[in-house]
Order: sequence, then C-alpha cells, then structure tokens
Amino acid sequence: MEKPLAWDEPRAKALVDAKSGLEGPLLPILHDLQETFGYVDPRAVAIIAGALNVSRAEVFGTLSFYKDFKKQKPLGRTIKLCLAEACQARGADALAERFETKTGCKIDGGFHQGVEVETVYCLGNCALGPNALYDGELFGALTDESLAALHARAAREGVAP
Amino acid sequence: MLIKELDTGTPIRTNVETVTLTIDGEQVTVPKGTSVMAASTLRGVNIPKLCATDSLESFGSCRMCMVEIEGRRGTPASCTTPAEQGMVVRTQTERLAKLRRGVMELYISDHPLDCLTCAANGDCELQDVAGEVGLREVRYGDGANHLKDVKDASNPYFTYDPAKCIVCYRCVRACEEVQGTFALTASGRGFDSRIASGPTDFLSSECVSCGACVQACPTATLIEKSVIAEGQPEHSKVTTCAYCGVGCSFKAEMRGEKLIRMVPYKQGQANEGHSCVKGRFAYGYATHKDRKTRPMIREKITDPWREVSWEEAIAHTASEFKRLQAKYGRESVGAISSSRCTNEEVFVLQKMVRAALRNNNIDTCARVCHSPTGYGLSVTLGTSAGTQDFKSVDEADVMLVIGANPTDAHPVFGSRMKKRLRQGAKLIVIDPRAIDLVRTPHVQAAHHLALMPGTNVAVVNALAHVIVTEGLLKEDYIAARCDRDAFESWARFIALEQNSPEYTEQFTGVPAAEVRAAARLYAGVKNAAIYYGLGVTEHSQGSTTVMALANLAMATGNIGHVGAGVNPLRGQNNVQGSCDMGSFPHEFPGYRHVSNDAVRSVFETRWATKLDDEPGLRIPNMFDEALDGAFKGLFVHGEDIAQSDPNTNHVSAALKNMECVVVQDLFLNETAKFAHVFLPGASFLEKDGTFTNAERRINRVRKVMTPLSGKDEWAAICELSTALGYPMSYADPSEIMDEIAALTPTFAGVSYAKLDEMGSVQWPCNEASPNGTPMMHVERFVNGAGKFMLTEYVPTSERSGPRFPLILTTGRILSQYNVGAQTRRTENSAWHAEDVLEIHPFDAEQRGILDGELVSVASRAGDVALRAKISERMQPGVVYTTFHHPGSGANVVTTDNSDWATNCPEYKVTAVEVRRTNSLSEWQQRNADEDFSLRRLEVIDAAE
Repeated sequence: MEKPLAWDEPRAKALVDAKSGLEGPLLPILHDLQETFGYVDPRAVAIIAGALNVSRAEVFGTLSFYKDFKKQKPLGRTIKLCLAEACQARGADALAERFETKTGCKIDGGFHQGVEVETVYCLGNCALGPNALYDGELFGALTDESLAALHARAAREGVAP
Repeated sequence: MLIKELDTGTPIRTNVETVTLTIDGEQVTVPKGTSVMAASTLRGVNIPKLCATDSLESFGSCRMCMVEIEGRRGTPASCTTPAEQGMVVRTQTERLAKLRRGVMELYISDHPLDCLTCAANGDCELQDVAGEVGLREVRYGDGANHLKDVKDASNPYFTYDPAKCIVCYRCVRACEEVQGTFALTASGRGFDSRIASGPTDFLSSECVSCGACVQACPTATLIEKSVIAEGQPEHSKVTTCAYCGVGCSFKAEMRGEKLIRMVPYKQGQANEGHSCVKGRFAYGYATHKDRKTRPMIREKITDPWREVSWEEAIAHTASEFKRLQAKYGRESVGAISSSRCTNEEVFVLQKMVRAALRNNNIDTCARVCHSPTGYGLSVTLGTSAGTQDFKSVDEADVMLVIGANPTDAHPVFGSRMKKRLRQGAKLIVIDPRAIDLVRTPHVQAAHHLALMPGTNVAVVNALAHVIVTEGLLKEDYIAARCDRDAFESWARFIALEQNSPEYTEQFTGVPAAEVRAAARLYAGVKNAAIYYGLGVTEHSQGSTTVMALANLAMATGNIGHVGAGVNPLRGQNNVQGSCDMGSFPHEFPGYRHVSNDAVRSVFETRWATKLDDEPGLRIPNMFDEALDGAFKGLFVHGEDIAQSDPNTNHVSAALKNMECVVVQDLFLNETAKFAHVFLPGASFLEKDGTFTNAERRINRVRKVMTPLSGKDEWAAICELSTALGYPMSYADPSEIMDEIAALTPTFAGVSYAKLDEMGSVQWPCNEASPNGTPMMHVERFVNGAGKFMLTEYVPTSERSGPRFPLILTTGRILSQYNVGAQTRRTENSAWHAEDVLEIHPFDAEQRGILDGELVSVASRAGDVALRAKISERMQPGVVYTTFHHPGSGANVVTTDNSDWATNCPEYKVTAVEVRRTNSLSEWQQRNADEDFSLRRLEVIDAAE
C-alpha cells in the first residue's frame, strides 16, 4: 500500500472533479479521497457538496454512514476482524478476547501502538472463519498464532515512517 | 379555542379518477393515488402514525400505521399503500393492536419518560399514539439509549434535543421536500443514527431557520424556545403575515394576549402551510421595549418629545395642517401611505387627503418599488397586477427570473419554485449577481445571464429579437388576442440590428449565444412563466423593462393559461393593496384617473364633497417642493422614508424644511428624527383588516392583542380627518371594506363575510367572477387586446467612469426585512448583524482590500463606510449591499435618478468608488449624533 498523502486541497478538488460527472458520483469520490489521503478530511465535505450541487448535510450523512470512510488521518494500520455469526460459531469471539488480553489492543478501541482492530460483519469466507482483512488481503482460519503474526506485521508497517 | 387542522398523514391527490374502498366496514371514495391512511383519515378515523404527516410524501419507516388488507399477506403500512378499487381494509384488529403496542414499546425504550415536564406535553404525537395503542409497560430495561445526548440550542428560535428524537425523518424530509434546503440528514447508522444539521450545529449549518422541521416534529425534539419558556398556547386565530408580498397565512397561537408562536396555516392559499424565518419567528418586535405607545409632539425637531393625549395630538396636528394650508395654500400638505398597513387603513388615509385636505397629494412607498409594474402592466395587459396565482408555478416548464431573489426576499414562494425545478422545470436567471437560485442544492439554472446593472431592457429586447427573427412567435395567439398594429410596429422595431444579442453584448456583458439559447428555451415550451422583482423596476427604465417582459410573454402566447404569465414578486405584504386602494396622486381606488369626471363624481357623491381633478405630488416632487419652500406638512404612515428613499441627504434636507411632519409608526424611526408629531401605530397583531398579496389575494388580518397605543390606526386617521373638518367614522374595518367594494368595480364582490367563508379571494371579485380571479386574461386581455409597446433601450445617465468606476446595486437578504425596523428588533440579527459591501475578488485585490476590512463607498451623492465581504457571487465591476441597518446609510450613496414614467428611484445602479478607510463617513458620524439629539424624550420632573 502506498503511503497516504497529506491533505492537499487542489488535489482533493481534482479528485472530486474527475468523478463528479458519474451517475451517483458521491461514493466513488469518497473512495478516491479515502484511498489518496487515508481518510476523508472534513474540509472535503464543502468541496464535494459544491461540485455535486448537493448540501453539505447530505454529503456528511453519507460520509458518516460508512465506517470505512475515516474521519481523521490514520495513526497506523487497520485489521478488520469478522465477528459475524459464522465466524462466532468458529470461535471468533473467544479468539478476539484472547487477542485483547494478550496485546492490550482493544477491538474497536482505536489505535494502539500503530494498529487498530475493527470489527466487521462478514467477509464472505464463512467456511474458513475466523476471518480478517488486512491491506485488501483476506486471512482465513485464524488461530491465535496467525492473528498475532498478522498483528505484528501491521505494527511493523504501521509505525514505519 | 386552539385551531386544530386535520393531518391526513399523506397528501390527498388531486386526481379526477376516484376509487372506492371499504375501511372498517365503511365505504370511502378518494382520488386515485391517495394512500389508505389518508383515505381512512378522510372518513374521520385516524390510523396511528409517527413518521407520516400530510405535508410530506409517505416514508413508511415507523411501523405504526400497519393495517390488514383482505387478500394480502402480512400487515402493510397504510401510508405507502395506495387505495385501490374494492380494497377491504381493517385498521383495528387484535393482531394489529399487539403489533403496534410492541413497536411503541421499542420506541419508548429509548425515550425519556418525562412527559409531565416536557415542553411538548399536550402537543406530542408520540404521547398521543402511546395512548391510542394502549401502551401500559416497557419491558426493556436499562439497555443502551440516547437519553444523555446533548441538546443543541444554537438556533435563536428553537432547540434540537436528540434525547427525545425517534428518528422518524420528518424534519429531514420537511427540509428537503417543503423548504428545499437539504440542511438536515441522519448521521451514523443503525443504533447510532441521529438527526444532524450536517457536520456543525444548527446555527452554523445550512439551515435557514424556516421552521418546517419544527412544525413537522412529532415530539419535543425540535421545538420553539417560546413554547419551552411559556408553555402550550390555549387559543389561536388565523391571520396574515406582515412581511413580504407572499402573504402567508398563519395561526397566531396565543395565551391570553401573549403570542406563543406563529404556525403556518395549511389552508392558507398563498403558503399552504409553509413559512420562512421572518414570518414564523421574527415577531418579537411587536412587543419590543423600543415601541412607542403614547402620542408625542414637539415644536422643533431639536426639542425633546413631549407625551400628550390622543386628543391633544390629533387636535394639534389638525390645527397645524390647517394653519399650513391657510398660509401656504391647499397644496402645501400631503401624506404618504404605507404598503405595510391594511387596505382599510390605506383607504381611509387617501380618503382623508382627498376629502379633508382637499388635494391629491397622496403617494405611497410603492412609488419606490413597484410603481413601474403598475404602469407597465396596465399599458400592455390592461391591469396593474400580476397575472397568476402562486400555485401556477407548479405547472411551469420554464421560469424566467429577472431582478428578483426569491429564496431571500420571497422565501416561501422560492421554496415552491425550487420544488418545481427539482421536478424538472428549467430556469433562466437574469441578474448581475449569482443569486442562490442560480445554483443551490438540487437546483441549477439552465442559463444565468449575468448582465451589467442598468441593461435589463437591452437583454429582454435581445431575447425578443431572437424570438421574432428566428420565427419563434406564437402567431395565432397574437392574431387572436393582441392589437395588430401595435404588434407589427413592435416586431419591426425589435428585429432591428440594435436589439440583436450580438449587438447588445457589448454593453450588457451577456454573451450572445447565451441569450439566444435562453430565448429558444423560453419560447420553446408550453408554459413559460416570468417572475420579476425590484431589480426590474428600480431603474431609469423600470417601466420599459416591465413592458418588455409583457411583450415577451405576449409574443410567445404565455399569458392566460396556467404555468405561464408575468408575475411581479411584490416586496411588501400589502404593496398590491396599497396601490389598489388609491394611493397614487393621480388615481382613485381601482386605478382610475382623478381627471375622469364620471369616476370622480361617483366618489364625490359617496363622500359628499368636491374632489380635486388635478393629480397631486409624487414623493420625489414632495421633497423637491419642500426644498423650494412650497410643501410644508407631511403625514408619513408606517414608512421610514429617511432610511428607505434614495439620496438620504436630499430627503433629510427636505424633511428639515417642513413645518409639520407627522409620523405614525411602531418606533421612533429615522424619519421621526425630523418629525413634529408622533402617533403610535399598531403592529399587525393588533389589527383587523386585510392585506392583498402579490397574486391579488385579499387575506384577512385578525386582531389577537389590544393595540398598545389604545387606538386602531384607521380610527386615528378618521379622528384626524374629523378634526380637519371632514367627519369620518366607521364602526369597524368591515364597514371600510364595504365602502371600498361599493366604490371599486374590481372589489365589488368583496366583503368580510365572503373572506371569512372562502378564506381569501383574488380580485377582480365582482358579478362576473363572484369567487374571484386566480388567473387573469384567460379568454382575452381585460383591456380588449394586448398591446405591444416599443421598448427602446436608453442607457442610464448613471455610468461608471474614472471617478466612480464601479456600479453599486442594492438588495436584501433572508433574515432582515427592508429598513429592518422590525427584524433588527428580533433574534434574526444573529444571521445578519450589519450591512456589508460584497465585492468581487478582482476589484478587491486591485484596491488592496481584504475580507472584513472597513471600506468607504462613495458616489456623487454621498459616502458611507461598510465592511467588505469578498464574494464570487459578484461579477467584476459590480458591488452590492443591503439597506437593513440605518447606520450603514446605503441610501446616502444612491442618487435621485428615477424611472422616466413613474419616478421609481434607480436604486439598482449607482456609480461608486470603493477604497479602504479607517473611519465612518461624515454622514454616519452625524447620523450617530442625531440618533441622540433628535430623539430625546422629555424628562418628567419627579415632583410633578
């Protein structure tokens, strides 16, 4: 994954303009901003609203609906851990609890030493749960060890300059 | 008694096709497309509901309105299910009762149980529905909830308390569907979903404080601060707003004589249940401590005011006016009537001038706004009024908006326009500024012709040129309905090269291609409607532009059918009415010339006195004559000419030259600084009478509190007339209306009884159309044949040059109203605390001006200092300000140029220079001093 850019208004405007002609342009624009900057800066709301001729409230409503659109610059890397029913049935809850105790990194508790672990509900790999997603890559049949290894990798990549 | 209006939950459709269904064993017939919920309500049986209200389309989220329908599975929501022929519906069954109780229990599990201390107690739909469904227990204990969410009290008029919110989206939908601002949303999702005014609090959000959300809220989540402070109202009366020319109907909800809140009246035919921030919330001025409620007199304007009895004030005024007439002649006195006052008050004032002062020196503030409309429409179409009702816009395919800013100045109609535009109608805006309508969420003008101020005629002529030369004329319409000779000479004239978009581009600044495209759009649809405001009339060629617009509409067959027309957006609540009532120096009520012997004899007979057959003085002539020493006494009724009229220095010099200036007003306004007699006026809440709005709709104004001055305004004028030697008396305003009806053919059928029965009526209302006339010129033009007028573009003499390189144009904004005497005395100042000068970044940069800096704006008439606001709404070369605050003195800068036909001042074009400054102008400093020196009240010795 490329290192996200610092907030850059002309760049943001260019991203918005590039997609504002699409039908249903808001989500593609938000995705591009998220990918480019690693989050969607609050200053983007007015830019998008102006370009799409919708209200700031409407942009904000959509933006706040999706957890994947981050509100601030990430302080490290994110692991998404599935806690939906199928993964729970394969022990995801207990796995998560052991992980928290061992690392001190609280799930859905924000960044801890460069890593954040977020819950998601279903990654579509139910037969091989518990599952996690990291940097676009799916990790199935997680064990304490493989989760710890993934966490260590994220920590390494997260604090790296 | 509190007026309760039926809420059918979803809108009743107007379809002519009907369906008949059975609900709870009873047959009911409704227009096709009406929901099962609304059908049930129409038969008098409510289905419990939370997310539905009839100002909004159905949403189907609250799950309270479930019903059983034979032949269908489950329990469909009655709000989203259209009634169908032969449908059998049950609204109350054991199963439904259980389901509803269950849903209600869930709602209440996250709602505070503080009903007894809640501001909505007694007016809470959640409480009502809990009662309807028989909620008896809430089994869900201390789960997650929102009870600790923090209240947002940033808006001056209402609070948002998320702890009480059931997230029914009524507010969000009201903001979108009714107001069209889209300022509200739901943030987050799932359990975290909360209604939000975007990423900020309400005050700093896009919210325009129209209050539609407050009205839509079924709980205390969004509620008026006044209700929180005072409790629920106990009775209400329907009355008419006293701000702009939309003329919204409101329920004034009262406790005793205290106004608790204004709630727009759904049956009000002008506004259909909507309002803006001014009408709904900005009424605090009516009881403001600045109100003067005792008559006062003084010898000289430098003397302190002395409070006197009504008797003394009236006797003194009469004797002064008599003295002046004896010394300087019959023509040395006159009056200015007010477009803010009722028809009845205006009628008695002009009657007093004509019958008691025995001259025609009566003019009205319409002189400075819509007098060109009166003239221009009457010579072309035959009547001095707009052609349509507001509703007509719902069927417009194209709107041409010129010199008007509806979302600020006529917000309720602006919302209606936006609704139609969101449905796909096209918009052409002709305005030097990019007004909101040019681009606002979900609305985008097809063409914005950003012309240089002062070139309206050239642009409208160019549009007509394209229509004539490209064969876009509606030939059969013109042949059938318009004067042939006049048309032919107009068509020849307009086809001249001098009117082509390519030629006019050089001074209008509007690209020819844009004009051609706009003309084709306007001429190419079935229904094209013109809406215009003071940006058309307040020019040296104001009347010409009005005629040019009428030409344009006639040439394309756009008069006489729904969705079309030529429509002035009237600035003030009763500017149409005050003109109708004979406020012009040359016309009796009903626009009939004073020199017409037949008309005059009707009035002479009824009033039993001889009347002058010579037109009297217009307002600007009064000032000129005053400076010449010939005009000495003036009665100014509810108008602040020292602030609102152009070239303030000229106006104040004229006022200072008079010997008796009488001001009747709520406040010691700017004009009162130069007055010798002050008569306390009554607010619209203290009045019985009628206002006539921009669509010629006569609406009732009803008294909800006793006049603080102890006297009705019309009664004070009658007493003055009597003291002047012409006795006038009426038992109540309905008798005045009866006299108006007897003397004015277009009002012949109007009476309070009819208004009370019909709600309102649009003139002409007479034998030919006993229920009034929503649309004019339907079969034919009222003057027989529509008359095309030649409209040659003559540039104004007010031009930018080396000394004054910029053009200043003035206007108003949403939260303040005209001279601001009212709105400045309300919380509306939270949005607009001072007038600023809007300037394009290019012009600012050239002059080294930064945003927020004090700048001097100077014209040949005078100069003032204002704060600069750098804005790309402006085009380079044009600056803009408002005139809401007396200390800013916008009209010190405007000149006394005026419309060639009507003397309507050219407010919209003043050549100015702008430069940085570090102090207020000399006028502003003197004005600040005079705020004290000319407004002193007599100190009464404690021993007396």
